[in-house]
Amino acid sequence: MAELQFREAIRAAMTEEMERDEDIFLIGEEVAEYDGAYKVSQGMLDQFGPKRVIDTPISENGFAGLGIGAAMNGLRPIVEFMTFNFSFVAFDQLLNNVAKIRYMSGGQFSFPIVFRGPNGAAGQLAATHNTSVESFYAHIPGLKVVSPSTPEDGKGLLKAAIRDDDPVVFLESERMYGLKGEVSDEDDFILPLGKAHIVQEGDAVTIVANGKDYYIALEVADRLSEDGYQAEVIDPRTIRPMDFDTIIESIKKTNRCVVIDESNPFASISSEIAFQIQERAFDYLDAPVKRVTAKDVPAPYAKNLMDYYMPQADDAYEACRQVMYV
Amino acid sequence: MAIPVDMPKLSDTMEEGVLVAWLADEGDELSAGDVIAQVETDKATMDLEVFDDGVLLKKVVEEGEAVDIGALIAVLGEEGEDISDILAEFGEGDSDGKAEAQEAEDEEPEAEEADVGGDGAPEDAEVVASETEDATPGTVAADDNGRIKASPLARRIASENELDIAQIDGSGPHGRIIKRDVEAALEDRDAAPAERKAPAKERRADVATIEDEEFYEAIPLSQMRKTIARRLAESKYTAPHFYLTIDVDMERVVSFRKKINELAEEQERAKISFNDIITKACAVALREHPEVNSAYLEKEGEIRHYKQVHIGVAVAIDEGLVTPVIRNADRKGLATIAEETRELAGRARDRKLAPEEMEGSTFTTSNLGMFGIEEFTAIINPPSACILAIGAIRDEPVVQDGEIVPGKRMKVTLSCDHRVVDGAVGSGFLSTLRSFLEDPMNLLL
Amino acid sequence: MASNSQNPSTDAAKDDATTTAEEEGFNKPQNEEARPDPLDLPDTLELEETFKVYRGGTISHEELDFDTEKLLEMYRNMLLQRRFEERSLQMYRKQKISGFLHLYIGQEAVSTGSVQSINIGEDSVITAYRDHGIALAMGMDTNACMAELFGKKDGCSKGKGGSMHFFDREKRMFGGHGIVGQHIPVGVGIAFAHKYKQDGGVCLTFLGDGAVGQGALHEASNLAGLYDLPVVLVIENNQYAMGTAVHRAFADTDLCKQAVPYGMPASVVDGMDVFSVTKAMREHVEMARNNQPSLVEIRTYRYQGHSVSDPANYRTKDELEKKKSEDAIIRLKSYLIDNDLSSNDELDEIDEEVKQEVLDAIEFSDNSPLPDLEAIYDDVYVQEDYPFLA
Repeated sequence: MAELQFREAIRAAMTEEMERDEDIFLIGEEVAEYDGAYKVSQGMLDQFGPKRVIDTPISENGFAGLGIGAAMNGLRPIVEFMTFNFSFVAFDQLLNNVAKIRYMSGGQFSFPIVFRGPNGAAGQLAATHNTSVESFYAHIPGLKVVSPSTPEDGKGLLKAAIRDDDPVVFLESERMYGLKGEVSDEDDFILPLGKAHIVQEGDAVTIVANGKDYYIALEVADRLSEDGYQAEVIDPRTIRPMDFDTIIESIKKTNRCVVIDESNPFASISSEIAFQIQERAFDYLDAPVKRVTAKDVPAPYAKNLMDYYMPQADDAYEACRQVMYV
Repeated sequence: MAIPVDMPKLSDTMEEGVLVAWLADEGDELSAGDVIAQVETDKATMDLEVFDDGVLLKKVVEEGEAVDIGALIAVLGEEGEDISDILAEFGEGDSDGKAEAQEAEDEEPEAEEADVGGDGAPEDAEVVASETEDATPGTVAADDNGRIKASPLARRIASENELDIAQIDGSGPHGRIIKRDVEAALEDRDAAPAERKAPAKERRADVATIEDEEFYEAIPLSQMRKTIARRLAESKYTAPHFYLTIDVDMERVVSFRKKINELAEEQERAKISFNDIITKACAVALREHPEVNSAYLEKEGEIRHYKQVHIGVAVAIDEGLVTPVIRNADRKGLATIAEETRELAGRARDRKLAPEEMEGSTFTTSNLGMFGIEEFTAIINPPSACILAIGAIRDEPVVQDGEIVPGKRMKVTLSCDHRVVDGAVGSGFLSTLRSFLEDPMNLLL
Repeated sequence: MASNSQNPSTDAAKDDATTTAEEEGFNKPQNEEARPDPLDLPDTLELEETFKVYRGGTISHEELDFDTEKLLEMYRNMLLQRRFEERSLQMYRKQKISGFLHLYIGQEAVSTGSVQSINIGEDSVITAYRDHGIALAMGMDTNACMAELFGKKDGCSKGKGGSMHFFDREKRMFGGHGIVGQHIPVGVGIAFAHKYKQDGGVCLTFLGDGAVGQGALHEASNLAGLYDLPVVLVIENNQYAMGTAVHRAFADTDLCKQAVPYGMPASVVDGMDVFSVTKAMREHVEMARNNQPSLVEIRTYRYQGHSVSDPANYRTKDELEKKKSEDAIIRLKSYLIDNDLSSNDELDEIDEEVKQEVLDAIEFSDNSPLPDLEAIYDDVYVQEDYPFLA
């Protein structure tokens, strides 16, 4: 096992895959000369040269579409959005082109492409730079959406995403790039898409959380453990397709669930999880499903407001106690 | 070979088009792409082109006519060609129509089946409702509507263990019964099985209660019973009732009736009942008091004074009560009223009245005189504002010109919806009614 | 950008401006020593551009090395598009076809002329939603095209795409696309892959005049210019974007000038003459082969409304009649007869053949089955066992 930063794990995944397959290239704003806005692609220009690590102008619609065309014509692009907040100027490329052309062509074309970059809140950046985009992209048939929580998951899932023949939206986090964690030394370490991870087993309550919220879930589980309750923590890892089977099996055991979701609450991933639970495990529920989300407002700037905006461990802990009736 | 030109689909939402103008004449030589007419769609006026070469043999549609998509507009072909086949084919456009009608008919039974299914559904609903009601008494978790708050899991465990969830106290928020409550109840039961189950049965012999099945016969609620219950409860709870009673001298009505019934016997007509006379008297009196011939319509935000007088006559039948309506009773003669009432009442008892024959009354009467009831109050039949409860005609000593003489008296009580009819208004109507009954010859005018 | 690169003649497509991906990659060097100081300003900044014009009636078939057989094949192909579209309209009106139907009638010289410049199956083509013409010009199966309009299983997109979404992977027809302008970056990406793979292919990216107003064109043009991609952007200027005339939509109606800021050569072509189109497209494709992206504005005319529910009241009958008198098919027919290359009879016979081919396609489409309901879940993902929510 090696201890890697999250950004290093992501880089390792890209590097290993690019060494393996000449058709893979990395394109995005400041990924080459600048070594990546968050230093994720540091050194990759030197290793792979300007043909395969390519800087773009600030032109998301253009270079996202370029990546899609390249994928359509046989390459396997990795398109980096400096953050997913900027992906919406290219939204039509993801919604109408990469997700639908395969379908509209009756399956003649495939899109082995990864759109990756940091997602969600990253501090006092105000409303436009703090959007959690999971539900926007997970809503679209034709896309897959992945959200790793640890450096090891980041590496294993990104390698799977790059090898996947379908388009994958791969959501990282500015806040997590510096996070260190043990990463498997295994040759060609890969984690399959569409499989949830039961991080910790328990019978008192199921907590579902991904990305930064994964760490809140672990903190809450620790506090509950001090209270004498064993929470089951599930990290979906892949948002679309979500591994509902694993979540439902857990609910059948614990009879209650709290979802922690950094997105705005309305029509979010947490909404869908709660819906699936009520539909597939209704008779196993001993309490309503609760969720802890960002507030239903744009992200504010002021520090106290921003802290209040984000899902908090205290709220998640309280939610767990409520559904456990303790 | 002749070519039919049919109404094209010129927009995505178009269903029919109006042929606004012909731009070609019969006999014109046409080439593909030539515009022969203008067609107005739901979106725009468009040119109608032909897609083939040929002579315009026949215009089938007149200018201004609306034509369904696919219907024949014109026929192209070679000069002098016989087009009867095409006309026949599209003449069967009618038969297409018939085919559609046939399809529609074919669909109808399905619709009926669906209705049957629909009938089934309320029964299911009934079952559910009664279950919840059964569960109601004595539970902490039941809310005002008798619904028990229990988590789905708690319900499932209780049901799997044949545990009556209504008997369990809930410890969750708002008294919700949750898993641990059911588990506790199960433990209790398992701990003391002998005490709980068996004695319940033994006790029945000594402490039998009215709820025990052997003490009653359960009559399922019929649709009619439920409707009566709902409508009358709604009336009594929403319309503030007040009651006005008068005692009417029926002396002259009795002799009046005797005379016209003798006449009726000679002419072999149906006899007139007291009720018919009262119906007629009410109808004529209502014409003078439109504010009594009225309804309070909260949703529409208005009171309606009806210009026509339709009297609902309450008829007792085995399953309950129906009120067939004598329409325009003020304008009908006594004989007609008598005939109609008898005919409607007869069919009412056979349950053969059409719903519309029981709807639309503007005033109602209910007569229990034949049962010897002297007086009573009736519940208003919504949306009418008033109902008249008619008692028996009594032989009674009355004071006339300072002397006590035998008299004929009848009490009637008007129930009024106070939202529409005030005391003075109701009294005014009763006063007019009395004047007609005490001088019934006026009814013939 | 060097201003002489605006000259589209092949010899001016400078060798030194072209790069292979292998040599230099796509990035411009970060610190170019020769780069002048941008704050060291000259007295004035000059912009002098000339655009080559390919006028109609100026080019002979010999100049293009077309033999009679080739000419008849082109004539047949243009007629096929015309008859296909006419019958499509009829089938729409008979409710065999639903949804949107955008017809290509009047623009046939653009598609047929353009395909004379590329190798079908090696080079790539992508276009917008008015895609029937180019599809047929590329030799896509008439039956499959009509069946697609009918929404049938044997359609070129299995009945899932419809009129706006014709695709043929083998012929490298990368589709008709429905959102105006958004396929242009995709076309540039296809060209990017040609250069990356060094397979010698180029991508013709067709767009309508309406797409010139979309930001996507400008982002894509910039990327094409920046990375020296083998792409020809072809504006099919048919004078109307939906119902809005070009002069009502653009401050400068010479749409070719949009190439200037991106360092691309550009020219203007009479799209009612298939020879002019062929010549222009061949010269531009040659540039693309040398990794010089460029732009062609082909001026043409759409006879029908924007879609089948558009009566085109925004233009006069006179205008339409005048344009029809310049019809590209009639022009080629006259050329063939005037130059004794063919006869009226021969050409009429071709027309009859083509008409029959379209009628056969209609019969084929009528008989083709509807897609299976289960097929609704096919072709969303490559992954075969994707767990769709039921």
